[in-house]
Amino acid sequence: MTEQSSSRIDQSAAVAGYASALDVEPKGPTVMNLDQVSVYYGDFRAVRDVTMPVYEHEITAMIGPSGCGKSTVLRSLNRMNDLIPTARVEGSISYMGVDLYGPNVDPVEVRRRIGMVFQKPNPFPKSIRENITYGPKIAGIAKSEWPALVESSLRSAAIWDEVKDRLDDSALGLSGGQQQRLCIARAIATKPDVLLMDEPCSALDPIATGRIEDLMQQLKDEYSIVIVTHNMQQAARVSDHCAFFTTEVDADSERRTGQLVEFSETTRIFSNPSDERTENYVTGRFG
Amino acid sequence: MAPNPERLLRANPRRQLKERLVKALVAAAALLSVLISIAIVASLVVRALQFVTGLMAPTADTMDEATGPVSLWNLVADQWAPRFFEFGIGTLIVGSLLVTVIAMALATPIGLGAAIYLSEYADARVRRIVKPILEVLAGIPSVVLGFFALRWISPNLVQVIFPSAGGQNLLAAGLGVGLLTIPLIASISEDAMASVPDALRQASAGLGARKRRTTLSVVLPAAVSGLVAALIVAVSRAIGETMVVFLAAGASGNSAQFTANPLDRGSTMTAAMASQASGTDGTISELGFNSLFFVGFVLFVITLLLNLLADRFVRRVRQSY
Ligand SMILES: Nc1ncnc2c1ncn2[C@@H]1O[C@H](COP(=O)(O)OP(=O)(O)OP(=O)(O)O)[C@@H](O)[C@H]1O
Ligand SMILES: [Mg+2]
Repeated sequence: MTEQSSSRIDQSAAVAGYASALDVEPKGPTVMNLDQVSVYYGDFRAVRDVTMPVYEHEITAMIGPSGCGKSTVLRSLNRMNDLIPTARVEGSISYMGVDLYGPNVDPVEVRRRIGMVFQKPNPFPKSIRENITYGPKIAGIAKSEWPALVESSLRSAAIWDEVKDRLDDSALGLSGGQQQRLCIARAIATKPDVLLMDEPCSALDPIATGRIEDLMQQLKDEYSIVIVTHNMQQAARVSDHCAFFTTEVDADSERRTGQLVEFSETTRIFSNPSDERTENYVTGRFG
Repeated sequence: MAPNPERLLRANPRRQLKERLVKALVAAAALLSVLISIAIVASLVVRALQFVTGLMAPTADTMDEATGPVSLWNLVADQWAPRFFEFGIGTLIVGSLLVTVIAMALATPIGLGAAIYLSEYADARVRRIVKPILEVLAGIPSVVLGFFALRWISPNLVQVIFPSAGGQNLLAAGLGVGLLTIPLIASISEDAMASVPDALRQASAGLGARKRRTTLSVVLPAAVSGLVAALIVAVSRAIGETMVVFLAAGASGNSAQFTANPLDRGSTMTAAMASQASGTDGTISELGFNSLFFVGFVLFVITLLLNLLADRFVRRVRQSY
């Protein structure tokens, strides 16, 4: 607890720093900060020099053309990149003031605080209930609390009414949209602070997409959300801040390296971006 | 000129014929394999029945000076010695059971451990090197391992730990069979685990699971049918293994005393069949020769039951998902 409160102080200092550097008005405290982040796969630098905050209780969207490193950056936010043997992160990524790649940080604990929802729904081939209790179980939450947790998580993910009578059925029997909401519920059940979502709607139809977007608005009150999306309307609809990435041919390696072009309030990105590349992208004119 | 639609759509008799020919060929292949299996089982059953009726109707040829005329009681004799009309098949069943249990006790943890290491922990380079080696190991001729069990495992392991054990014993044979099945279990289990989608591992890691938790709670359950398949193949291999037991367990002259002690010499169903078929006993009496088919039939029933059981198990585990 004391550790947390001290980190809150670091964090507000960091916010002040970013506010001037990025010329955006901070709406509130940040929960994460990226500073000069580059991610490599082996020798290949996939993204370079990303500096941006993630604000608390906001939805931050990452947009940009395919291959610009959105997923790469997102995965580095909860150290999922550690699962890729060649991946390496440079620069600093902090969560509540703590450097996530610091020597005393356990990546497993990071992932408990910073949950993830994947592009393709990936429920376990277990029952709906077991999918939800998986996280709490390994986090050592008492068994007596599971039933309440199952209900509250499924309610938060707006899927309770659809599954409450079939909690012990296989999760694989759900539709794609239901599976994705189940995955969101599963991520929520471990009570993270931050939810990372990598194109959570790209496998879904417009109705299911709409439900997940509504859901994200509700979840905002309790969580800070970072979402990668290819869908510009979606970014405009749901997010508060928006980061636009693009790729550029790297002078050293002659390979395409992703970079952050602009980070700003979403309204500004879509109405009055400061970079021409952003404007071209959001208005549908490429290059 | 517009093409004539009737011509366009007309069936081509040559192609239809070819299609029918191919169908007939593959159907014949399927039929043949079924027929062969049926013929094998039928010959087993017929000879096994002949054996049983032979026991029930003793003749002058099936008379032993010491024990008198044969009867069904000879099936529960305390030894297996067809030469003396002692058909205590329990001796062989227990022998097979001992060897199989010992083999599986050795091979299951090592084989599964190796599979888990290869599929979940080893980096791609190690896997690329080790996996083919495993597959080569799986192909080691069993006579080599039998010899190894007899000349190395028994004196350097079994007899060191259990000085009372003889040079030939069921334990050494079981360990030899176990060595034989390790690569089998490792290789099939690794295939099963490698086919578990990576998305499930990521989901688990994303929820704050450590690797061992992911392996135990996600990968192994998802791979369960493949793992059970690996164990069944291994058990079938262990029950069916002949040469290692033949060499290392040491029931000479095709006779074995009943024993449940793995340190004793003994025999198994397959080893007894091999010595019966290869030795001179077969010529001694028709009854003795037919006993071979009887043992074969019992073996067949046991393996069949095993497979059915495993099938039910897999289905039950799958349904609980
Ligand atoms: N595991 C990996 N190993 C090596 N290179 C990778 C790996 N994952 C991604 N890359 C490379 O890193 C770059 C960025 O990929 P990333 O998946 O982050 O892009 P993205 O912006 O998410 O694209 P998309 O919109 O298509 O999902 C690409 O050039 C990609 O080829
Ligand atoms: Mg991506």
